[in-house]
Amino acid sequence: MKLWRTYLPPALFIAPGFLLFLVCIVYPMLQAVQMSFFDWKIVAGATSTFLGLDNYVRAFNDPRFWLALSNSGIYMAFTVPPQIALGLGVALLLKDKSPAQPLFRVLYYLPVVTSWVVVSLLFKYLFADRGLINFALDDLLGATDKISWLADRWTALVAICALGVWKGIGWSMMIFLAALQGVPKELEEAAVIDGANRWQRFGAVTLPAIWPATIFVTIMLVIGGFNVFASVLVMTNGGPGGATEVLLTYMYRQAFEFLDFGYGSALAVLLTLIVFALSALQLKLFRNPEAAR
Amino acid sequence: MSAPGDAMTPARSLRLVTLAFGALLMVTPFLYMLSTSFKGQQYVLKLPPQFIPDPATLSNYERILVRGDFGHYFANSLIVAVISTALAVLLSAMMAYGFARYRFPGRELMFRMLLIGLMIPAMMLIVPQFVLAKFFGVLDSLPGLIIFYVAGNLALNTFLLRGFFEALPGELDQAMQIDGASHWRRFWNLALPLSRPALATATIFTFLATWDEFAWALTIITTPENQTLPIAIALLQGPKGTQWGLVFAASIIAILPVIAVFLTFQRHFVQGLTAGSVKG
Repeated sequence: MKLWRTYLPPALFIAPGFLLFLVCIVYPMLQAVQMSFFDWKIVAGATSTFLGLDNYVRAFNDPRFWLALSNSGIYMAFTVPPQIALGLGVALLLKDKSPAQPLFRVLYYLPVVTSWVVVSLLFKYLFADRGLINFALDDLLGATDKISWLADRWTALVAICALGVWKGIGWSMMIFLAALQGVPKELEEAAVIDGANRWQRFGAVTLPAIWPATIFVTIMLVIGGFNVFASVLVMTNGGPGGATEVLLTYMYRQAFEFLDFGYGSALAVLLTLIVFALSALQLKLFRNPEAAR
Repeated sequence: MSAPGDAMTPARSLRLVTLAFGALLMVTPFLYMLSTSFKGQQYVLKLPPQFIPDPATLSNYERILVRGDFGHYFANSLIVAVISTALAVLLSAMMAYGFARYRFPGRELMFRMLLIGLMIPAMMLIVPQFVLAKFFGVLDSLPGLIIFYVAGNLALNTFLLRGFFEALPGELDQAMQIDGASHWRRFWNLALPLSRPALATATIFTFLATWDEFAWALTIITTPENQTLPIAIALLQGPKGTQWGLVFAASIIAILPVIAVFLTFQRHFVQGLTAGSVKG
């Protein structure tokens, strides 16, 4: 009776949300793993055949999977460092209170709150053959050839990465701005008195203070990089000829275009394992703040 | 460090110029989009490009708002986002309160499970969630969007709100308990009102996430009448040439509420974004 009275209130508070979470998130998580071992049939009545690890072996031997993986890797490599560097740079320029600070903060953050679909269409338009980017290159820089940006793997990836960086700078800026508020003023002043120059002060005082935020930003951006989906789908739809397919668009196509749910799930599981492994690796690498210097 | 009224030092003006140049790069695409939304189809890819549309036309907006179904899509987006946000924040707040105020066996385990849910990419679950939605019979319906939007936003909000509830002073709670207030009353009349900043943050982030959601809606919605704005806008792209003026008129309408919410609640954005990074 007493036990009942103690545990009923928390159970009632937690149960509605947690049950929904179990049904709609945890169960699908387990089912994704299960489905990846089957030739999964979505049609009612059809039986799914157990394949063991066949879907994973298939991924390993699938050149298109490796192409998609390398495109995801390229996207990550060319969007994460610029977002960190530019976000931190803007935050350092903006950190002192000034009348213009709130305005700049809003302007840099605007792309972050805008939907991926809208900004992807916008960049597709800007990078069109007769678009603003080609006009700028042509007119201002004197390039003679029009580039068909979205018609080639590498130039299309440039456009997709440009969108990723443009949309993400405001987010890392905001995190770094908050972190910079926590840099101890006394240490900063002491370093000035000791005659440390700007770079020495940054290395000795600022960087250690914002190190946890830097780890957080890096991990979140790497995860975000591997989750790139809507921009590729809208801008190139994986084309031309599948050359700009990334992991998620490839997985999505396998599942919902070819209705190969088993293979799609195997790709999703692989993606999750990659993301977890990368996060764990970064946490290990970054654990010691001394390693930064 | 220097007061706003101080004379411009070279370093300060260089800093301002750099910031202004960067801000220009961030904003130009938006301004160009706004400009294109007032252009007729024959002018959208004209060279040299027009920054000020000449002739300017309202026909894109007229086609979107009056003749198109965008009012309907807007209403769908609004219904889905508002209901999902209200339910997700309420259920998350209840869970967070349960985790913060009570001790019971399995508490840490359950909270860990939520954290794993936080790390799993949403797209990883899309295939089995589709199978589940089919089983529930909610494919191609607004409830199908709402159920999974609520579920998908529980982990982050619970995590955010639990930290806030734990920081609330316990004395008021005990005082109300002595006065004989029920558990629910202490949650509803004490904890929630005291947590308004955190609730605001949770509400804003959930609203934006559900308003902009694309992949899940693309997957389960098949009939036009159930489309939300992101889907309807993406589908404006034709196989042969896109009506860019139309696309951007619709886009402007879709992002206006977002910008309004952002400008009004800026302060909460900073708090919400940094809750996980600086303290942790």
